[in-house]
Amino acid sequence: DSTASLTIETSVPFTAHLVDPPSRDVTTSPAELMTFFRDMSVMRRMEIAADSLYKAKLIRGFCHLYDGQEAVAVGMEAAITRNDSIITAYRDHCIYLARGGDLVSAFAELMGREAGCSRGKGGSMHFYKKDANFYGGHGIVGAQVPLGCGLAFAQKYKKEDTATFALYGDGAANQGQLFEALNISALWKLPAILVCENNHYGMGTAEWRAAKSPAYYKRGDYVPGLKVDGMDVLAVKQACKFAKDHAVANGPIVLEMDTYRYHGHSMSDPGSTYRTRDEISGVRQERDPIERVRKLIYAYDLATAAELKDMEKEIRKDVDAAIAKAKESSMPDTSELFTNVYKKGFGVESFGPDRKEMRATLP
Amino acid sequence: KEITVREALNSALDEEMSADPSVFLMGEEVGEYQGAYKISKGLLDKYGPDRVLDTPITEAGFTGIGVGAAYHGLRPIVEFMTFNFSMQAIDHIINSAAKSNYMSSGQISVPIVFRGPNGAAAGVGAQHSQCYAAWYAHVPGLKVLAPYSAEDARGLLKAAIRDPDPVVFLENELLYGESFPVSAEALDSSFCLPIGKAKIERQGKDVTITAFSKMVGYALQAADILAKEGISAEVINLRSIRPLDRAAINASVRKTTRLVTVEEGFPQHGVGAEICMAVVEDSFEYLDAPVERIAGADVPMPYAANLERMAVPQVEDIVRAAKRACYRAVPMAATA
Repeated sequence: DSTASLTIETSVPFTAHLVDPPSRDVTTSPAELMTFFRDMSVMRRMEIAADSLYKAKLIRGFCHLYDGQEAVAVGMEAAITRNDSIITAYRDHCIYLARGGDLVSAFAELMGREAGCSRGKGGSMHFYKKDANFYGGHGIVGAQVPLGCGLAFAQKYKKEDTATFALYGDGAANQGQLFEALNISALWKLPAILVCENNHYGMGTAEWRAAKSPAYYKRGDYVPGLKVDGMDVLAVKQACKFAKDHAVANGPIVLEMDTYRYHGHSMSDPGSTYRTRDEISGVRQERDPIERVRKLIYAYDLATAAELKDMEKEIRKDVDAAIAKAKESSMPDTSELFTNVYKKGFGVESFGPDRKEMRATLP
Repeated sequence: KEITVREALNSALDEEMSADPSVFLMGEEVGEYQGAYKISKGLLDKYGPDRVLDTPITEAGFTGIGVGAAYHGLRPIVEFMTFNFSMQAIDHIINSAAKSNYMSSGQISVPIVFRGPNGAAAGVGAQHSQCYAAWYAHVPGLKVLAPYSAEDARGLLKAAIRDPDPVVFLENELLYGESFPVSAEALDSSFCLPIGKAKIERQGKDVTITAFSKMVGYALQAADILAKEGISAEVINLRSIRPLDRAAINASVRKTTRLVTVEEGFPQHGVGAEICMAVVEDSFEYLDAPVERIAGADVPMPYAANLERMAVPQVEDIVRAAKRACYRAVPMAATA
């Protein structure tokens, strides 16, 4: 029975600050474990494919990949509903998928095509899915945290009983505006969950070189916090469920997800000058989030190695097909240059580089 | 009937909060203190602490929270005690508010108003005396309004609150206490002024003077003086800095063939420079004289009263420039 209840212990205990931690025993089901395996594998495959597309010059500019961190996106989504909000920084492709975004619109956005989730106008760093309460996709380190607390403000104002998960990295954890927003959120008891995805490097700066205290779950001081093994999707799910309940009832909480990115910070970073290859391969062997679930699937006899291999092959085909479909999408129409500057443009004239040559009426 | 600009702003806030429960006000001292300049007087009592929120003195944090609330469908009004402090939060105004609708292809609109006193007050020194009109008007995605009279203040603030895009609303501390006559129409709760439209405050035929905020009053005084000397000045109250009413400015200049721009801000890359270019682009062949610019001195604002007066445009500066434009002044040699 795929919906039968399973109870599985988290990899390590939660470490808590000013709060009693949730139980290590996580309730799941065979179906959920298979979904976790599948969803994380799709994300992994998408990011590997994005790497190739970037190197083939089909993706421009900045491109920040999420492989290694998949358990955070998938575990968080499993704990909440689409009425809850998520906002993140620029490493956003997989959060978009987790919120129900599809591969074609993700790849099309990466390649700047009109079928993209932002119709080609946002790019890698600016994915959104408002109908699933995913608010982007933000390029300025730290800015998404006050914005997320603002989403939480609106949720409370509208009496929604929902919460917002505002994701940021260990680099952004030192930003001043984060503490400003946390202070206000605590004063006003906003249902905000600050999720520090600690992948241990802010670009190329190791956490201990940037933070006097890298115990990010404690950095909220008067705000409770929880340190979570972010490579264990079940631990992430348990922590996020706990955090949502806490936030709706009591106000903000900080979750530190101990995670790891296999890729460099962005495509221009080989990711090997500030850390050793042994460190990366060590994490892959010991803590990989997909391999952890694969082992659980074997342990509970939910699928055979051959069946999982087949699934991975099928995912590979799906990803390739999505890329092919995204490539068929054309570049945005040139008229799109002047759309969406305003929601209400009053028909004002706007101009291109040479006003005599290029002008448009703002809709 | 006459009301002050303060009463006009207060009544506009009150009416829009009453009309739309998604409108709320946040900022430093807007609640229990009744507003640093008493613009929000009485609103906490009337609407309660859920809709009138005193914030800590942390602009980046509370401005980001305001913008996030707008993402999720509320209509925040963020008060800056003065626009000088908006510099702490300018990333949220530009990157988080102005660009989101574009980057998301219309998914995330940001119906928010950033308001507060802007420009030079009196005797408060360099860090509290600066005009941000040119700064914010530079940015596509923002709308920038600057009221002069009580009618402007009411009509434009109500328009800003109802607008679906981020609006920077630049008030002037020295105008808060000034009274203006207002029509019955302007006092009606349905009253609203169009965004992007300038107002011809005074008709004239010899020279066009553009101004906004406090400088509209100076331009009108200058026009009185000029009239006594036989020069008929047309005074345009810009009202909207972005969108800029290029059509109204050009139509006036085509009639008068002469232009003086007036602003309190620094001259370089300012509002006057943009207006001058708008006229050069569309009406160059109509100009009978070089465009004249009156602006704040190109220095940080000094404290001493005599120096401060020198740094801010005065009525006589506008009169002199208008006469120059009309070839009625003795050319002055550069001094100092």
